Amino acid sequence: MSVVEVSHLATGYDGREVLRDVSLSVAAGDVVAILGANGSGKSTLIRTILGLVPARRGEIRLFGTPQQRFRHWDRIGYVPQRLGAGSGVPATVGEVVASGLLARRGVLRFPGRSDKAAVRDALTAVGLLDRIGDPVSTLSGGQQQRTLIARALAGKPGLLVLDEPNAGVDATSQEAFAAALTRFAGDGGTILLVLHELGPLRPLIGRAVVVHDGRIAYEGTPPEPAGHHAEPDHEHLHPHADEVKAGICEWAPTDGTKAY
Amino acid sequence: MELLTQPFMQRALIAAMIIGLAAPSLGIYLVQRRLSLIGDGIGHVALTGVGLGLLTGNDPVYTAVIVSALGAVGVELIRERGRTSGDLALAMLFYGGIAGGVLLVGLSDGSGNSSLMKYLFGSPLTTSPEDLAVIGGLGAAVLAVMFFFRPALFALCNDEEYARVSGLPVRTLNILLAVTTAVTVTIAMRTVGLLLVSAMMVVPVAAAQQVTRGFVTTMTLAVVIGVSAAGGGILVSAEANTAPGATTVLLALAVFVATAVFAAARHRLRRAAPQPVASEPPDVVLHG
Repeated sequence: MSVVEVSHLATGYDGREVLRDVSLSVAAGDVVAILGANGSGKSTLIRTILGLVPARRGEIRLFGTPQQRFRHWDRIGYVPQRLGAGSGVPATVGEVVASGLLARRGVLRFPGRSDKAAVRDALTAVGLLDRIGDPVSTLSGGQQQRTLIARALAGKPGLLVLDEPNAGVDATSQEAFAAALTRFAGDGGTILLVLHELGPLRPLIGRAVVVHDGRIAYEGTPPEPAGHHAEPDHEHLHPHADEVKAGICEWAPTDGTKAY
Repeated sequence: MELLTQPFMQRALIAAMIIGLAAPSLGIYLVQRRLSLIGDGIGHVALTGVGLGLLTGNDPVYTAVIVSALGAVGVELIRERGRTSGDLALAMLFYGGIAGGVLLVGLSDGSGNSSLMKYLFGSPLTTSPEDLAVIGGLGAAVLAVMFFFRPALFALCNDEEYARVSGLPVRTLNILLAVTTAVTVTIAMRTVGLLLVSAMMVVPVAAAQQVTRGFVTTMTLAVVIGVSAAGGGILVSAEANTAPGATTVLLALAVFVATAVFAAARHRLRRAAPQPVASEPPDVVLHG
């Protein structure tokens, strides 16, 4: 049975159509990365699958049930791009992770001992157990991302949906994610994630889907990094060739790239 | 302190402390959502309800609850539809509320102005036993909602999209929060007045969060500050012969200034102290 089944999906905001005709199937145990340029609609795709953006045409099924009638949201763990509005009221790491248990527990039941254990387990999985009592605002960007992963893991979902989990995150946190996701996938979990670049998650990805111009432009094995992109210390700097002036090159050798 | 043996004084004190308890435990969610001023707006709308009550000869508290609850649900529906047009729509609703209230109170009878002042700035010393029963009942309802729905409301106000994907009844919870806000505004108007209602929801929370690290501790401390300021406000105003609502709010603001200064001083001291190198926890711990 497909965990996620999208057929001929179209969606957009206001008058602008972002996705035109997207079909995608994710089976249990799959690890699927959605790739694409900024603005290609890759985040919109998962937000539509989750019901945060209404679909215009097409059909979405979650665990075999049409999305409109789907009620087992505890089977899905969502990791947004960053911590919610996060206002002035402090909240500890443990409190944020505990809100991941609500889908399973329901609104009116109070947390019990097993819930506390689930929070600790989830924080252990991302290596943040020692920060359980700290305000989330004192954490680094990468640690906040790991908190959000722990929140999603706490409810013990079958499917994890992540929106650019390693955008602007330090290397150590990226490694910690990769470890947590590898364990989740190893236990039979299904993962659907939007990525800007594969990075340390590369070995985990079973299938890549490239979204371009509102359609799926490529689907298959993840693209191998080529050329200098493949080097381990590659920093993904884009050349700005127009900065190079011939006259200067004569006496100041440069390889024609400029890093910002 | 022999004033405390007077029944009217006891009623004023109890009513104020119920509000000191209920207002911050609701207000924390409004602050968390960056809706600190919403209580003010609902207060404006409640004034129309007061005017309607005075004009029709009903208890203004009941009509204010109904009108402000309708207003709060309207605000919530506007907010849900999108923020850009919402701002202006909210402004219209608020000004309509206060203008309607002033107009209706003026139409009601000769004593329009004094009634208006009573609801705008509060008049706790005139709390009757019936008023106290209403304030107690509605206050208990507000506290019960805040207690039973705390995990869900926290999740909602912390990250609404995440709450939606968790399958929480987001719209129902939003409307519950809106109606609870309206009820709190209405019961607080007798003590601090409609123009200062929002202060009792927001200032204790702002004061508490200067020194706390978590949500539950912030809520607990905010309630302690709220009850102390409300009780203290009634006592101080009776002794010093000042306006009770304003005295209460100024006491809460004084606590805010004190905690803010304390937090700044503590921050400065920590920065000045030499940082022990080992206290920095490693980002990742590698096992095996």
